[in-house]
Amino acid sequence: MKVTRKNFLRLLAGSAASAAAAGAGKVVQAIRSSLPAAPRWGMAIDFSKCPKGCDACTKACRLAHNVPQIPDPNHEVKWIWEEPYENVFPSQPAEFGRQDLAGSQLLVLCNHCADPPCTRVCPTQATWKRDDGIVMMDYHRCIGCRYCMAACPYGSRSFNWVDPRPYVETANPQYPTRTKGVVEKCNFCAERLADGLLPACVEACPEKALIFGDLHDENSAVRQALRSRYGVRRQPELGTDPSVFYLV
Amino acid sequence: MRDRFLIFCGLFLFLALFTYPVWHGIAAHTSTRGPELKLPANQTSCVAPLSYMRSAHMQLLIEWRDGAVREHHLRYTAYDGKSYKVSLTNTCLGQCHGSKQQFCDRCHQYAGISTPYCWDCHQDVAPSAANATVASAAGRHP
Repeated sequence: MKVTRKNFLRLLAGSAASAAAAGAGKVVQAIRSSLPAAPRWGMAIDFSKCPKGCDACTKACRLAHNVPQIPDPNHEVKWIWEEPYENVFPSQPAEFGRQDLAGSQLLVLCNHCADPPCTRVCPTQATWKRDDGIVMMDYHRCIGCRYCMAACPYGSRSFNWVDPRPYVETANPQYPTRTKGVVEKCNFCAERLADGLLPACVEACPEKALIFGDLHDENSAVRQALRSRYGVRRQPELGTDPSVFYLV
Repeated sequence: MRDRFLIFCGLFLFLALFTYPVWHGIAAHTSTRGPELKLPANQTSCVAPLSYMRSAHMQLLIEWRDGAVREHHLRYTAYDGKSYKVSLTNTCLGQCHGSKQQFCDRCHQYAGISTPYCWDCHQDVAPSAANATVASAAGRHP
């Protein structure tokens, strides 16, 4: 074929375009690989280490976040607390297997689900999932409709039916209290993580039963714990993909 | 002109009532005096120029609020280059103003503004200076 001027220019343009496309692809790939992957904070609870009657984690959380202690169970506000095994794992009764678990108390807190139903129903986006996996609350935006409480299958959220201030035993000025009419829950100590600290409950646990870390980092403490032990999550069949594991 | 007395009495009463707010202000020495604010003892500049803070501190606080809670912007670089932690209680009160009653409230009261609901949750107890020193955000993550 005779190479005409027209064909020569066509060939030139075509090869230039394909070279540019390949180059751009490589640049995008290089940028992507150089960006640090966002962490996904998670927790593993080794409940066999939890001594009976110990409330160090609950107390530390209460002090860190000004969680009120309201005696009326209808008005209770809870971030991390104990529940009977049957309520924590309702679909796995300890009827025949680990019967020692029946009636035992297990720690519960917000699961910081990867696919949280609470954020999906919030009409004001007062609750949302951050890039690091923490399901956050913006109390400024919360209108107190309690849709999120209805959506959460774990009962991790509490509503402030009364002004919580009189029930905060020792006010920590570093952290705000909440007001009447907003929903609140565990925030995985986002404010402490920002300062490079571990969550208050993890730090306070005398038995090191709470293991916290980045689920995306295979060398993190939580991943190491999950590699060596079997970890179960609360109601995984619901597809919420919780970030809190119970080591068995 | 038999009603002169009554007319003058009425006029006097009308003028007295009409100008009462002026006399009351003068008697109470309040009309020309601004609010008595307790200014920070150890600081000379705010996070923004004084004129801006006077008229638009509420907008700045809303920007701080949305930035800190939703965008994770926890530090604020002031117009003079100083860096501050974004926090109403710990920075505004803790580092400088000290007392809500002697600063925020006095000015709001003078301007006839009801206390904003910031304080329903944010505490007006200034943490001690030692507690206000917050570890650097560049610390180690677990």
